[in-house]
Amino acid sequence: MTDPARGLRAAIRQIVPIPLQADLACGREEVLALVGPSGSGKSTVLRCIAGLHTPLEGRIECDGETWFDAGSRVNLSTARRRIGMVFQHYALFPHLSALENVLEGMDDPGGTGSRERGRELLRKVHLDGLERRKPHQLSGGQQQRVAVARALARDPNALLLDEPFSAVDRSTREKLYGELAELRRELKMPVILVTHDLEEAVMLADRVSILSRGKTLQAGPPLEVMERPATVEVARLVGLRNVFEGRVVSHHRDRGCTVLEWDGRRLDVRLQEAFPVGARVAWSLPAAGVLLMPRDRNPGGVLDNVVGGTVGKMVTLGNRVRVPVHVHGATGALLSTTVPRHLVESYALAEGNPLSLRLRGENIHLMPPDDSPRDPAAPFPPSSYRHVTN
Amino acid sequence: MDWTALILSLELASATMLVLLPIGVWAGRKLAWTRFRGKALVEASLALPLVLPPTVLGFYLLVAMGGATPLGRWYESLFGHQLTFSFQGLLVASLIFNLPFAVQPMQRAFEAIAPEVREAALCCGMSRLRLLRRVELPLAWPGILSAMVLIFAHTLGEFGVVLMVGGSIPGKTRTIAIAIYDRVQAFDTAGAGIMSAALLLISMLAIGLSYLITSPGGIRRHD
Repeated sequence: MTDPARGLRAAIRQIVPIPLQADLACGREEVLALVGPSGSGKSTVLRCIAGLHTPLEGRIECDGETWFDAGSRVNLSTARRRIGMVFQHYALFPHLSALENVLEGMDDPGGTGSRERGRELLRKVHLDGLERRKPHQLSGGQQQRVAVARALARDPNALLLDEPFSAVDRSTREKLYGELAELRRELKMPVILVTHDLEEAVMLADRVSILSRGKTLQAGPPLEVMERPATVEVARLVGLRNVFEGRVVSHHRDRGCTVLEWDGRRLDVRLQEAFPVGARVAWSLPAAGVLLMPRDRNPGGVLDNVVGGTVGKMVTLGNRVRVPVHVHGATGALLSTTVPRHLVESYALAEGNPLSLRLRGENIHLMPPDDSPRDPAAPFPPSSYRHVTN
Repeated sequence: MDWTALILSLELASATMLVLLPIGVWAGRKLAWTRFRGKALVEASLALPLVLPPTVLGFYLLVAMGGATPLGRWYESLFGHQLTFSFQGLLVASLIFNLPFAVQPMQRAFEAIAPEVREAALCCGMSRLRLLRRVELPLAWPGILSAMVLIFAHTLGEFGVVLMVGGSIPGKTRTIAIAIYDRVQAFDTAGAGIMSAALLLISMLAIGLSYLITSPGGIRRHD
């Protein structure tokens, strides 16, 4: 996966115009999603890889070839890096037809067989019959497909996608997801997808790399990053609502269990011996690990922890309802879970009612405590960290 | 009708237009896409001929190109005749006088090209020449064309600068605008009227063409 001779690796450092401290690796035939809030520097990282922006320091190499190395002053031009890039707003040549746009992406647009190959690429992205249309005569989704075909026309060493789905409506986006998922099976190069949408990353990428304020925080398979964030910051960035602080009480290897003290109660959680007994820790639990339990039922799970609380103000999100629960205890912590709408009725959930919850210890994940507290309501701070230079 | 003067004016206008085309494209691109120290100063200097009285510009050019200056002597040693009071001298003056009409519309036209489109061209592996030929020039074409029309029309009507630098030598430096002035001086109102009407017609055609090119729904339009 990260064999240095195959695939793309980048380490990028700079201070201005925005600070970057990004590291990423993407194997051949792998899709890596670069995920982060707006202003996190993910597009700049992509531009560095494309050679459209030169960072102060770092190294970028692809399939064993050095594209950029600040130390030895290597900096290949964009053309020589041979990348295919899809821009956020596609950047099609407005005066050229769909087919001509794709042809311009080739090394020899006028060569024999080029037109046939251009038509073949357009067929592959389901645009046959629209070869002669100009970009302004195409819908957003169709323009995106032309951009993808153009990016693939050179048989690029790497395919770079800069928020390619952000400029189309939802139904078109769903369709394009399917098409990209289908297309990627044929792609033999590293694919880097920049997105601020974690769901999109989970759907399309083999691995995600979380970027915040220009810094790579964590990389790994999407579900692993979402369920086992390395830090509280990552946990917040991936949208985990249940993040609390506790203290390690003991480890029990025989039961595969670590005991945690939280808010005056004990929780059995998955064995995580990396945190010594007595250590202050942060812990997270995905909403899916918070289960409703009628008061009269006996919990069955080995690492299930029963806690009681009072239902807070519920929010309906389509077919699901987000249920906040004020836990009985010293600090009145607020747990959050989402349940299907019909369960709200069958469990008679209403604001102010008592409710018992089962916290699945198997899903409880420990992290170092967050020593840089900030407003949890605003996990993505405004770009105040940007150094303004004039 | 002084045909010699009309032909001389048309020659001067065509030559000015052709020489300024590459200069305008080069300077327009440069000013549109690069930032450098003193850029505002360069832009202001380029715009100066717009506000400077033509006679003032003509006076300085006359002094600068005269036989007593290094430039004048160098030119005379090279070509055997002096630069002032010659067609070449007129051309130099006309080029300087028309610089803002060439550079400004072209700069606006290049500025209107989305930076992403040029970056996409680089990602496609295009050489600089191909980028210019296949992307930049076609997209900036309406601006370039309208600049050329403006230069042509403007040169035809030049008076002050031409009179200062070239005088009124028939067949050599007497342009149609000066011929009109001469006719009026000689109380030949009819002759002046015909030539004025010719200039009016040409100017109207030029400005009409320029509007046709740049207006929405003009001959080329991109979304």
